[in-house]
Amino acid sequence: MKKIDCEKIIQEVKKLCIHMNLYMEDDLKNVLEQSIKEEDSQLGKEILKDLIINQEIAEKEGLPLCQDTGMVVAFVEMGQEVQILNGGLTEAINEGVKRGYADGLLRKSVVGCPIRRNNTGDNTPVVVHYDIVRGNELKIKLAAKGFGSENMSSIKMLKPFEGLEGVKNFVLDTIKKAGGNCCPPIIVGVGIGGTFDKSAKIAKKALLRRLGEKNQDEFISSMEEELLKEINQLGIGPQGFGGKTTALAVHIETFPTHIAGLPVAVNINCHSSRHGEIIF
Amino acid sequence: MKTHKITTPLDYNTISNLNAGDKVFINGYIYTARDAAHQRLMKQIENGDELPFPLEGEIIYYVGPTPAPEGKIIGSAGPTTSSRMDIPTPTLLEKGLKGMVGKGNRSKAVVESIKKNQSVYFAAIGGAGALIASSIIESEIIAYPDLETEAIRRIKVQDFPVIVAIDSTGNNLYEKGPTSYKEGLNNK
Repeated sequence: MKKIDCEKIIQEVKKLCIHMNLYMEDDLKNVLEQSIKEEDSQLGKEILKDLIINQEIAEKEGLPLCQDTGMVVAFVEMGQEVQILNGGLTEAINEGVKRGYADGLLRKSVVGCPIRRNNTGDNTPVVVHYDIVRGNELKIKLAAKGFGSENMSSIKMLKPFEGLEGVKNFVLDTIKKAGGNCCPPIIVGVGIGGTFDKSAKIAKKALLRRLGEKNQDEFISSMEEELLKEINQLGIGPQGFGGKTTALAVHIETFPTHIAGLPVAVNINCHSSRHGEIIF
Repeated sequence: MKTHKITTPLDYNTISNLNAGDKVFINGYIYTARDAAHQRLMKQIENGDELPFPLEGEIIYYVGPTPAPEGKIIGSAGPTTSSRMDIPTPTLLEKGLKGMVGKGNRSKAVVESIKKNQSVYFAAIGGAGALIASSIIESEIIAYPDLETEAIRRIKVQDFPVIVAIDSTGNNLYEKGPTSYKEGLNNK
């Protein structure tokens, strides 16, 4: 049994909340820099350059990359030989977020009741997904999910007959409708299969994948490539003003589904894709 | 694509010179307001109350900044999605508001109201909150302090970089931009 103290989890979650909101990861920086070279719209190119300047200023001044420091989503992989001491794991994750958002001067963007809309004041609660796995590791993946892009995400229960074309059309339609609202260039997470809820969950998980990493199934990874190409032919471009760079990556995750169904979820992330992982 | 340097409040001459796609550097005082502040403004208008600031000729910036670090004017302060303010916007334009800064396309009703009221909609770069913060040189909460990030702030900007997204004749960069980019590709 590996024993992990809650206070240690709180501290690491707090650190990651601050870090992911202030620093752009290298994988994203590299893809953005490459897109500047490839973008042939003058305005688009300038916007992409400004995004690089923005992350330089954020790092230098200690400011968040974006004022929407997001609602926190956690994917937890809990080894069944791990024991949490001195408190509950969910509470520890929430406490870490609370301290990170307070000390890091991040924006508190969560309202308690979605209808009455009172701000909870500490950016909690966190949306937590658990997986219990073999072994003695505890992995916590965190994302600070901005809602400009979250609001443009979509889910549809397709008919199996609609197949590959149906999936592609739905993804392209979702991106078209999103236009400039979701802060392109974007990262597109697609969840295909499972149930209604499962497809949305794996679409979100797909956004946490490192840029440049492909789905291990060759059929699916070629779909990722084709979709990226087709999205970037829509002409939406940086911020929706026209151009080649609409998406930086398409990540697809799949799960077996029912003979009668083909659920597809498209979760959009803006260019400020903030996430990270803690391993205990 | 022209570049303009403008100062608030805006007048007819300034606005009529701005065309969709132009780059603009805004100088002077502008006001921040997003979802919750718009709800309160509408309620005050409904009740016939005086608004926290006179709308005539002014610009509203759709933003909810992060808290200011010690010694700084403001935190990260990029634009939020404007379409959430589409419903109250025509009322504010009727009452004299001349400009808005946000991101993303607007509804038909807003475009019509922009034309009718000779006003302008600017886009700032979504996700460039740290960069934009460097052009804000004063910030003061003037209304609804309980809304915290959503409170109305009177901010002074120096060369705040924006792009004309919808001009006073209704030209719309969110429609024109992608279409002409694609036409350009087809003609290559």
